[in-house]
Amino acid sequence: MANNLYYEDVNIGDELPEWSRTTDFMSWNRYAAVNDEFVYIHMDDEAGRAALNEQGAFGMGNLRYAYIVNALQSWIGDEAVIREVGCQFRAINQRNDVLTVTGKVTDKEETDGEYRLRLDVDVLNQLGERTCPGHAVVVLPKRPDSE
Amino acid sequence: MTTEADEQTLVTQEMVDRKAEWGSERTSPPVSESDIRKWAIAVYWPEQPPSMYWDAEYAGGTRHGGIIAPPDFNPFAWPIRPTPTDGIGRDSGGSPPPRTPKPSKARSASTGEQTSRKGKRGMNGGQVETYGVPIRPGDEITTRTRLRDWEERETRLGWTLFTYTETEWRNQNDEIVKLRVSTGIRY
Repeated sequence: MANNLYYEDVNIGDELPEWSRTTDFMSWNRYAAVNDEFVYIHMDDEAGRAALNEQGAFGMGNLRYAYIVNALQSWIGDEAVIREVGCQFRAINQRNDVLTVTGKVTDKEETDGEYRLRLDVDVLNQLGERTCPGHAVVVLPKRPDSE
Repeated sequence: MTTEADEQTLVTQEMVDRKAEWGSERTSPPVSESDIRKWAIAVYWPEQPPSMYWDAEYAGGTRHGGIIAPPDFNPFAWPIRPTPTDGIGRDSGGSPPPRTPKPSKARSASTGEQTSRKGKRGMNGGQVETYGVPIRPGDEITTRTRLRDWEERETRLGWTLFTYTETEWRNQNDEIVKLRVSTGIRY
């Protein structure tokens, strides 16, 4: 992640580069292991169906949140920071879903001495369904020669 | 006069009694480089996570001056004892719910992950997290949580209660690490 994004280089309407993951028990179990999130609905098809999801076990909302964070960080680089991320969990993450984080810059402004971008973000599945609509605020550096 | 909303309210006396009151604080174990590395591997799987999260030499050359944790990192995972919940089935420190029994009856799976204690259906509606200073190896994070507010209204799910739970994380220097407002949905 050596790339660095500068405030001057971003325009309202710019979109986040594509960031995708195919999710299944390998990704869910690894997340469960670090977040201690061993819940039967994420582990067991019978429990998933008992929870009214016909396809069985399903993924964690928190992991999709992490994907939004990752996509943002990969885009802005290590000299920029994520100030805020919010989302609503609107749809289920089924096994083998291909999840793609999307984002579009909706505003840019200098606030509290920070050069901030505001984005609309989401996590789409392979059917184009919006599973996680939300927003984000990131803080970028300005180009050294622009100060 | 009792209104229709009063008659079908899902608000409990317990919620009313503790509205806006911060719960007791608890502090995480010291965060280790290995905790951060494992977290990063998991959330970036199957690709290699960014060097910022595991390569001290690289991270030392950035604005952060050393390894930091991903913003969504949870230092409260793996408690020795189960932690108190906020009353809607979510852990009060941002960790997953306490170990739940295998369900024998229907639970909502529309987007959510838990049911309430009274058998009503519930789900995790989402969250907004605002970040301050990053978490670094050696940090000990202290959290506190309060039920900030709620609202009730008719939705496609029927009469629905939205609860807004606020969680604050500070590091050992009393710097804000994260403010989180999570939405719980019960119907």
